Amino acid sequence: MIRLEARPEPSRTFRWASPLIAFGLTIAIGMVLFPLMGKNPFDALHAFFIKPVDSAYGVGELLLKASPLMLIATGLAAGYRANVWNIGAEGQLTLGGIAGGGVALALHGSTSPFVLPLMFVAGIIGGMAWAAIPAWLRTRFNANEILVSLMLVYVATLILSILVHGAWRDPEGFNFPQSKMFTESAILPNLLPETRLNVGLFVALAVVAAGWVFMEKSFTGYQMRVAGLAPAAAHYAGISSPRTVWLGMLIGGACAGLAGVGEIAGPIGQLQASVSPGYGFAAIIVAFVGRLNPVGIVFASLLMSLLYLGGESAQLNLALPSAVTGLFQGTLLFFLLAADVFIHYRIRLRRAARSTAPA
Amino acid sequence: MDTVAQLVILTLAAGTPLVFAALGELVTEKAGVLNLGVEGMMLVGAVVAFIVASTSGSPWLGVAAGMAAGAVVSMIFAVVALSLMANQVATGLALSLFGIGLSAFVGLDFVSVVIEGIKPLAIRGLSDLPVVGQLLFGHNPLVYLSFVLFAAVQAFLYRSRAGLVLRAVGESPQSAHAIGYPVIAIRYAAVFFGGACSGLAGAYLSVAYTPLWVEGMVAGRGWIALALVVFATWKPWRVLAGAYLFGGVTLAQFQAQASGSAIPAQYLSMLPYLATIVVLAVISRDTVTIRLNAPASLGKPFHPAG
Repeated sequence: MIRLEARPEPSRTFRWASPLIAFGLTIAIGMVLFPLMGKNPFDALHAFFIKPVDSAYGVGELLLKASPLMLIATGLAAGYRANVWNIGAEGQLTLGGIAGGGVALALHGSTSPFVLPLMFVAGIIGGMAWAAIPAWLRTRFNANEILVSLMLVYVATLILSILVHGAWRDPEGFNFPQSKMFTESAILPNLLPETRLNVGLFVALAVVAAGWVFMEKSFTGYQMRVAGLAPAAAHYAGISSPRTVWLGMLIGGACAGLAGVGEIAGPIGQLQASVSPGYGFAAIIVAFVGRLNPVGIVFASLLMSLLYLGGESAQLNLALPSAVTGLFQGTLLFFLLAADVFIHYRIRLRRAARSTAPA
Repeated sequence: MDTVAQLVILTLAAGTPLVFAALGELVTEKAGVLNLGVEGMMLVGAVVAFIVASTSGSPWLGVAAGMAAGAVVSMIFAVVALSLMANQVATGLALSLFGIGLSAFVGLDFVSVVIEGIKPLAIRGLSDLPVVGQLLFGHNPLVYLSFVLFAAVQAFLYRSRAGLVLRAVGESPQSAHAIGYPVIAIRYAAVFFGGACSGLAGAYLSVAYTPLWVEGMVAGRGWIALALVVFATWKPWRVLAGAYLFGGVTLAQFQAQASGSAIPAQYLSMLPYLATIVVLAVISRDTVTIRLNAPASLGKPFHPAG
């Protein structure tokens, strides 16, 4: 009989091996799935993981898509460590995009070098404002932040829809639901010729580094970790629970809002009815795969970005639906959570468990 | 009088998916398991029901398949969260994300397919009766099924021994285990039931309410159902009341759209989500009631060896 036995101490090895195991198992599922769809599994793997990044342009795309993911995941990780479950990063990203885009449209045509910084500030405020709602309702009314932040994703999408169908619609845009294209001062400078990669990558990396210092080295970061691991102990130690919730939500909102500006001032260059292919949700997976650790998150965001690119490439090269990306994302998270059991438990094989098992 | 009857019928029709999903989740939570995967299970139920209904030609077979599909994907959650003791919040989210991806993937070829859905009852003689005819006999058959489900859940939880055991597992798994009840097996069963109900809710949407498949067509109803369970303070009759309240809110949106109101449609589409937030805040504010009614072990993993 197979039994799980608690380890005396959590395994550090498994903490980092588990994402690799999960990724391996996800690929294994792919190897089973692709033949079922009539595709050679090795061609499919090649199209999924090699083809997208075999050119400079591809690598640029990889880093371009990884930027918002690592940015949002770092912000979410700060909250998750403290047991603050912000699930609405997609909405906070959208609000950040709306706020930043509003600035870009208001200063349309300006050549001032302050347009982009202003957009970033507006985006951060927008994301934080959207995250402040669940924080306030949680601390003031005890309302579950998971459900509130998630409901606000739908509301944010609808607000964006109202704007691009109405007040902010480009009058010369043939009635498409999108704003004017931003002028040059509101667009992030390109980093590598022949690619779409822009300086947003540096913004993201800087935030991740700051996130690492905050979470690992600062006293507040330590307090938040204690609040997550041992709420009762945190309470006795005088760590304020509302403050933890507020910090966790606002950091997540600020990062997501920043990512929203990165999208509209980067690859999109205007406001559209949708400003993100689900980065806010994918970043939840990135945060977990990266072990809620900024360094791990950088690697996990590259992996997740590759899944996005792989989906697009599989659609182009193999006529596979790009929805396969979402399927793999979910599968990866499941395997990760399952493999995580070995951090705290180990398998014991026993013939008669009854006589020795503690009640 | 006819418009009133029509209004009641439409409200019940809009609230029914929430009744199915929230009653299922309520039973799951009563056993101490928080499954946040309702949205994903509903989507999987919806797409499988639609595919089976359109390929077999039988919407009822579709409903059965949708229920089965919801139950099957809920078992992934059960293995990871119950047997492998993963964090239930994270696992539930994984199930939702997985369900969104899976349903979009398998439903791709069925996006513009038209099917003959399950129609509201039309019993010759009875449904034509003035006033009460429509009110009593004019609903979709699945709406009646939701009444049956409500009565069954109510009777099971509060009138049966098995229901008592399930609630005991949710309140104190350690005690239930000590007396000799198989805590994990009971929790598996509760998750399975919740999955089947979510699948049924999704099937209702795709083969009865609006007989078509659109990616993400559940549109947050799974999350609203989760909020409803809190709103109902884990009491089945309040789930019913809450579901119809939200059904009414959804309805207001369609009515205003149909009457050509000047307000952009998006404002009205926000109503159900905003209503959920407001209601959640108002109910959760009373922490004592929440603490007294919430299953004590909700969301906590259970390992028999301690």
